[in-house]
Amino acid sequence: MRPILMKGHERPLTFLKYNREGDLLLSCAKDHTPTVWFADDGQRLGTYRGHNGAVWCCDVSHDSTRLVTGSADQSVKLWDVQTGTQLYSFNFNSPARSVDFSVGDKLVIITTDPFMGNPSTIQVKRIAEDPEDQTSDSVLTIKGPQGRINRAVWGPLNKTIISAGEDSIIRIWDSETGRLLKESDKESGHQKTISSLCMFTDKSHFLTGSADKSAKLWDTRSLTLLKTYQMDRPVNAVAISPLLDHVVIGGGQEAVNVTMTDRRAGKFEAKFYHKILQDEIGGVKGHFGPINALAFNPDGRSFSSGGEDGYVRLHHFDPDYFSIRM
Amino acid sequence: MAAAAVLSMSEIENKAMNIGIDLSTIVFDNIVLPPGDDFGITSDDEDILHEEVAPEFETGYGNVIVVDNLPVVSPEKFAKLEGVIRKIYSQTGVIKERGLWMPVNPGTNMTLGYCFIEFNTAQEAKEAKEKTDGYKLDKSHIFIVDMFDDIERYMNVPEEWTPAEIKPYEAGDHLQHWLTDEKARDQFVIRAGTVTEIFWNDARQLRPDPVYHYQYWIDSFVQWSPLGTYLATVHQQGAIVWGGKSTFNLIHRFPHNQVKHIDFSPGERFLVTYSSQEPSNPRDTHRVVLNIFDLRTGKLMRDFKGSVDDFTTGGSGGLSGISWPIFKWGGGKEDKYFARIGKNAIYVYETETFILVDKKSYKVDNVVDFSWSPTDSILALFVPELGGGNQPARVSLVQMPGKVELRQKNLFSVSDCKMYWQSNGEYLAVKVDWYTKTKKSTYSGFELFRIKEHDIPIEVLELDNKNDKIIAFAWEPKGHRFAVIHGDGPRPDVSFYSMKTGGITARVSKLTTLKAKQANALYWSPAGRFIVLAGLKGFNGQLEFYNVDDLETMATGEHFMCTDIEWDPTGRYVATAVTLVHVMENGFHIWSFNGKLLYRIPKDNFFQFQWRPRPQSLLSPEKEEEISRNLRKYSKKYEAEDQDVSLALSEQDRKKRRVLQEEWETWTARWKQYHEEERELRLQLRDGEPSDDEGSQEQYEAKEVEAEEVLDVHEEIVD
Repeated sequence: MRPILMKGHERPLTFLKYNREGDLLLSCAKDHTPTVWFADDGQRLGTYRGHNGAVWCCDVSHDSTRLVTGSADQSVKLWDVQTGTQLYSFNFNSPARSVDFSVGDKLVIITTDPFMGNPSTIQVKRIAEDPEDQTSDSVLTIKGPQGRINRAVWGPLNKTIISAGEDSIIRIWDSETGRLLKESDKESGHQKTISSLCMFTDKSHFLTGSADKSAKLWDTRSLTLLKTYQMDRPVNAVAISPLLDHVVIGGGQEAVNVTMTDRRAGKFEAKFYHKILQDEIGGVKGHFGPINALAFNPDGRSFSSGGEDGYVRLHHFDPDYFSIRM
Repeated sequence: MAAAAVLSMSEIENKAMNIGIDLSTIVFDNIVLPPGDDFGITSDDEDILHEEVAPEFETGYGNVIVVDNLPVVSPEKFAKLEGVIRKIYSQTGVIKERGLWMPVNPGTNMTLGYCFIEFNTAQEAKEAKEKTDGYKLDKSHIFIVDMFDDIERYMNVPEEWTPAEIKPYEAGDHLQHWLTDEKARDQFVIRAGTVTEIFWNDARQLRPDPVYHYQYWIDSFVQWSPLGTYLATVHQQGAIVWGGKSTFNLIHRFPHNQVKHIDFSPGERFLVTYSSQEPSNPRDTHRVVLNIFDLRTGKLMRDFKGSVDDFTTGGSGGLSGISWPIFKWGGGKEDKYFARIGKNAIYVYETETFILVDKKSYKVDNVVDFSWSPTDSILALFVPELGGGNQPARVSLVQMPGKVELRQKNLFSVSDCKMYWQSNGEYLAVKVDWYTKTKKSTYSGFELFRIKEHDIPIEVLELDNKNDKIIAFAWEPKGHRFAVIHGDGPRPDVSFYSMKTGGITARVSKLTTLKAKQANALYWSPAGRFIVLAGLKGFNGQLEFYNVDDLETMATGEHFMCTDIEWDPTGRYVATAVTLVHVMENGFHIWSFNGKLLYRIPKDNFFQFQWRPRPQSLLSPEKEEEISRNLRKYSKKYEAEDQDVSLALSEQDRKKRRVLQEEWETWTARWKQYHEEERELRLQLRDGEPSDDEGSQEQYEAKEVEAEEVLDVHEEIVD
């Protein structure tokens, strides 16, 4: 099917997130307004106004009532999904990079960038039932990894936190004590900045994408490397299909090089790989800049991609897709 | 040692374990390498060592030479002889006051036939020795010039002759072992980043099969020898030649500081190395050093030193003036001659003695270009037009030795000529650029020489459209056809011609013209018949695989931004590569001869791709003919093999997939189990609310919710 081109952002996309039911798609971009869309036909439903910098990441609660967004304006904001009103703002002294709701939505992980001498941090905040009672106290703060932490997410049962970032090492932390439990192997792991991390729905395994032109699949509990998907371009975004044994990987040459070469050289396709066999299945072209964000609809029947070009492309799979034989 | 940094400790331990050495029992300080051999391990202080070659011993006689074999003369002629000698040596340097001393036999008052000359500097003395050793004063008096300091050394040579120690014969490594590969595969070397690797091209398996891998091997580049026997690597301190049966062993080192270029002779007998040194005084020209080594013994056969100007034709000099190789090898595979061009002369040397043929250069006024026939000792020269057209330009063929002019062709109003030899030396094509009448522009055509025919007939070939620019020209290897890309504008035409059409008096004729092709380079298969028309650079890497026998396109392809194309030596595969010239997309693709993309390997910082050449086939042309006629019979065996391989492959593939699938299933089973176990806890975390992923996939009901929002309340008083 022809993809639906969603024009709404004025700057490069940074993150995409479906709600649990898969009827809403939330998008973040370097312009300051996260946007919510109908995931079916791509209509714009509304925007969340209040940030004053690029929005890097967002997450939506299990019941689709709360939205949390992390921004370069050094704040993380809590929103009412339906009305678009800002409920609370956590303020930091460095840009917030990634946010993730825990199972049960009572906690949220926030990572902040190293900035003006402050090191990068992973912080856990409690989300109050009633926004009136919300405080900005951190339940836990982890410092340590060098460089930016591009993504931190909850492990199974909120017992662990998995982080990845510029130092190309994946770490598992104890979410109670903040103790480092495991580190990925330097030899077999990524060699350059890890740009993205996507957790499978049952949190048993996750996929990471890196500027070293590869994506890797890991076991969440043991941090063993399961699979490697070799690409010919730096990887900016990854997603795992909840339905089939597929992963989708996107990226492209760095933005600084784009103007110097032909569009064909940029490799701005989203590439599908067989999760188990690691073979390439195919590619979806369309963006004219690197792909920065990818997300599967929770039903696995559509996916969307967001590019440096400022567009979100919503793809509903053709029936053929479901009968691909490898 | 630098090498220690390169080898990791674990590698050393592994190696030690393999050869059964317990590392803990070894005291490293007790290990002494045999003198003069460092096992290919370069030490980091080697640089310094090289710089300090032969510290200068000040004996005080470094500026004195001894000239021997002078005529023995009586006192009457003494002054005259002294005058002659003074005249000869004043040319090379300044003789010190009273620096010429010719001893006289006190008994007879006759000279003794030698003299001593003291120069101002040792440099001048050295130069004088180099220039006049072997100088012919007359028939019976050929100078023998030595440094005074050397005399002592010669005196110390023992009078008694001791037989040279004959070393027991050691079987050399089998240098051509790679040719005996069972699957008849070819090798190639690639260099990417700091890694140099050699692979088999395993086209059946659609992947390269590694042979050798080395990190930090090379300082500048690698090069195969013309027959593929050796691999030369070029370093700061010189070139190293490797070869061998299973791995690449060091065969010889050829020391040459700051070496820039190397060149093998076509028969692999000699290696030429070149370096040029920035002068300390910027007004001076670059100093050039050329060494010619014997490849098998590693012995330096001859060196050439001079300024850049000595090795160029144009007066401009400078670095751009050098066109490598400086020495062109002639006389076919025997490497009989090598020659270089100089001002108004061509210097032809023979490899028996390493001196000029007939002891003098071959004078050709204003010669600007020359080339050897690839198979015979024939030189082709080009002399441009002189005196505003009074003296025509000419192309001549000269037989060596003897310098007999075989054929000459005068050309009028010519701006430039380029010579292209066919690989068997049967034909020579000279591309000529003529001026138009107005002299404002040029047009091109060809003069075709048939070398092997009686009297060497010449034909003129003009393109259908005379004004077309010629973009590329290439002979079919070992064949009688050639291809030309010609035309202006973005889509030139490609034409094929044959030298063998029509009856006994063969004439050149056009086979076909392909219109409007995106091509600017021609790559014939080494076996002939097939050609790749490539659009490099501006054409973004368009490839067309063309069959010239049937005059049809077999396939078209694209290797985006492709910079290099090379056929494998058998003409079965084509490699296309994007090297570091272009920043993105580095790596190489391997294609079959008919244009099917077999596999691609991306490599960052990709410098070089080079197929290992093969020696010439040992089959006679008749036998080759016979094989190609009965190809079916021979191919059966290989087809069967191919089928076996592909069956085995698909079987392997299935097996691999099954293993992967099974492995995955055990993982997912475990994950599912964890997930089940954690169900209760998860429910608690969600305050008892089950979630979608809890297996049951319960359908959520769609509820219609009516939401009312008061937008505005407005009160109005109604009358």
